[in-house]
Amino acid sequence: MSGLVVDVSKCRGCGRCVRACASQGIVIQQRLAQVTPNCIACGMCIDACPFDALSIVKDAVDTKSDANGVWVFAQYDSGALAAVTLELLGKARELADDSNTSLTALLAIDSEQECNEIAQKLIAHGADRVLICVDNRFANHTTNVFAAWICDMVNEYSPAILLIGATNFGRELAPCVAAQLRTGLTADCTVLAMDKETGLLHQTRPAFGGNLMATIMCPNHRPQMSTVRPGIFPPSEYCESRTGEIIHTKLRDSIEPNVTLLEKLPDDAGDSLLDDDTLVVVGRGIGSQKNLPLMQKFADLIHAGLGCSRPLVESGWLEYKHQVGQTGLAVAPKVLISIGVSGAIQHLAGIGSAETIIAINPDASAPIHSVATYSIKNDALEVVKELVEQLQP
Amino acid sequence: MRTLVCIKAVPSSTEVKMDPVTNTIIRDGKQSVVNPFDQAALEEAICIKEQLGGSIIVLSMGIPATEGLLRDCLSRGADRGILLSDRAFAGADTLATSYALSCALEQLRTANEFPSLIICGKMAVDGDTAQIGPELATTLGIPSIVNVEKVLAVSEEEITVRRITDLGREIVSCKLPALITVTKDIRIPRMPSIAGVRFGETGPVEVFGAQGVGADATRCGLNGSPTQVVRSFTPERTHEAITIEGTSSEQAAQLIDVLGGFGL
Ligand SMILES: Cc1cc2nc3c(=O)[nH]c(=O)nc-3n(C[C@H](O)[C@H](O)[C@H](O)COP(=O)(O)OP(=O)(O)OC[C@H]3O[C@@H](n4cnc5c(N)ncnc54)[C@H](O)[C@@H]3O)c2cc1C
Repeated sequence: MSGLVVDVSKCRGCGRCVRACASQGIVIQQRLAQVTPNCIACGMCIDACPFDALSIVKDAVDTKSDANGVWVFAQYDSGALAAVTLELLGKARELADDSNTSLTALLAIDSEQECNEIAQKLIAHGADRVLICVDNRFANHTTNVFAAWICDMVNEYSPAILLIGATNFGRELAPCVAAQLRTGLTADCTVLAMDKETGLLHQTRPAFGGNLMATIMCPNHRPQMSTVRPGIFPPSEYCESRTGEIIHTKLRDSIEPNVTLLEKLPDDAGDSLLDDDTLVVVGRGIGSQKNLPLMQKFADLIHAGLGCSRPLVESGWLEYKHQVGQTGLAVAPKVLISIGVSGAIQHLAGIGSAETIIAINPDASAPIHSVATYSIKNDALEVVKELVEQLQP
Repeated sequence: MRTLVCIKAVPSSTEVKMDPVTNTIIRDGKQSVVNPFDQAALEEAICIKEQLGGSIIVLSMGIPATEGLLRDCLSRGADRGILLSDRAFAGADTLATSYALSCALEQLRTANEFPSLIICGKMAVDGDTAQIGPELATTLGIPSIVNVEKVLAVSEEEITVRRITDLGREIVSCKLPALITVTKDIRIPRMPSIAGVRFGETGPVEVFGAQGVGADATRCGLNGSPTQVVRSFTPERTHEAITIEGTSSEQAAQLIDVLGGFGL
């Protein structure tokens, strides 16, 4: 059986594994570590063991395949390609070059008119081949229709890698595809790299809990699937002279949208943090909700957008669209002023592309200072009050 | 109307503090809680039950202690709990987890007790993948609608909801049985009543292992998980910031100079 195993020749019964375990999955008995039924095989204890006595073993599965090529799903919404599609093409181009394979973009679209122009655009941005399907069943972005087509294409062409943007739509589509293909899916990757020897994709994302990054692989199943948030990778360059192949494909007749769109309520708020060159990002260190207006005032004085860390959204101080981080927005302003934010790894995942970071946080050991260009190790309220006073006309 | 709510036990605080020396978790002694998104999902199910009658099943895959959390759900208004607990489930990624959950639902289908509506939280606060809902719906072969912020109408045959999309919001409907995933704001969870607390202690919670739900061992837990964590590491940061010193008013003045350098 697979699971966590203790190498009794190496275990000294020190108990570090027991302290590392969050689920009482390991105990010390007769000076040896023993796995209990509570073990969820999370691997925390493996990192904690100084003697290399713990490992997770897995029954071998052999599903060797000749899967080949890197694929990107092109999200096309209301007449435009989603920005994340171009970002994925840039990264996918690198991965394809590193493994000497080709890059294919998948375009499912309901209008014949635009499809060639968009396919050309995908090629100019790096695709060697575009698989297109024009069908009016794609009109309302019902995931089951897209998933059916993508799965048919995967079964026909066997790609090694499939990347999907972690938009709202992509975050629903990707798991539908992964479950149908019974393959692995890693959410919200921040680093993707090719292992040139094994051809395996290293998918890196912040680990669950703790200031750790985890690298995840999908060794025996194809395609290897990842989602990536918008803003994590730079968009690929447009190169007019690139050429590529366009293949028209069909959607199975039997598939019908299983969700009916009754009404669209477009968002009136066009104010996205992604458009701001300057951002003020506030965290729990601002102390209380009643200090928010002061922070907003400071942001207004320097014409900056206002973002925040996750706890502020959880407490209902600001809406989700203000959240910066791995599970919020990945922002890329010229200047980011971070106020009362500790700089947890999930938060840092969203600010890696900011050009200059100015951190205000009295805790000199807060990780935010180690990514900042300028640090002010002082009380946020004091400093911001001064700033507002001095800036006010 | 029969609904089923999927429940995940998550650490009571998602800020796991690590001991920088031993690199181990510093536990604050607090217990696991029901993922806040799932609490909202349960509350939605209770509101539907109040409106249409019927019953609510809560389903979780977790360690034996998760039974306590399912009992908490019973005390708030669920009628029956199903816990999948087995070492064979350990180490499951989202695919293996959704498979295990689907096995419990297939058993309900065989018993003619398949729910009309399955509600999942949009995501779990400790993992945040938001994958289980759509993967479970796909495995069961039923429609899914994610990111639901309001249930507008529901009957035995059909549900109409408002959901958040990339370009705003949409009102959509689908035939039941179906699965929806809900935002945390959809409902504020209620407190258990006194009668509820009593029911929570004695109400039915069944515990099954992999065999008990007829699961194929090769699709469960580690064996059934295509993804593997190969390496965790602390990212290196070698960079030195320029510290702005002085009193707060001096610091503010210097900062304004810096900002001025950027044309602000
Ligand atoms: C799956 C998952 C996903 C997540 N996704 C995100 C995400 O997308 N975005 C995100 O932000 N977080 C995310 N988090 C949460 C993240 O781990 C941290 O908990 C969070 O970023 C901490 O927010 P904070 O820095 O505001 O609060 P804290 O960590 O509490 O830090 C507050 C800081 O304020 C400082 N401070 C105290 N007093 C003052 C003062 N007077 N003046 C100035 N500073 C002061 C403190 O020194 C401290 O450094 C996620 C967590 C998980 C588990």
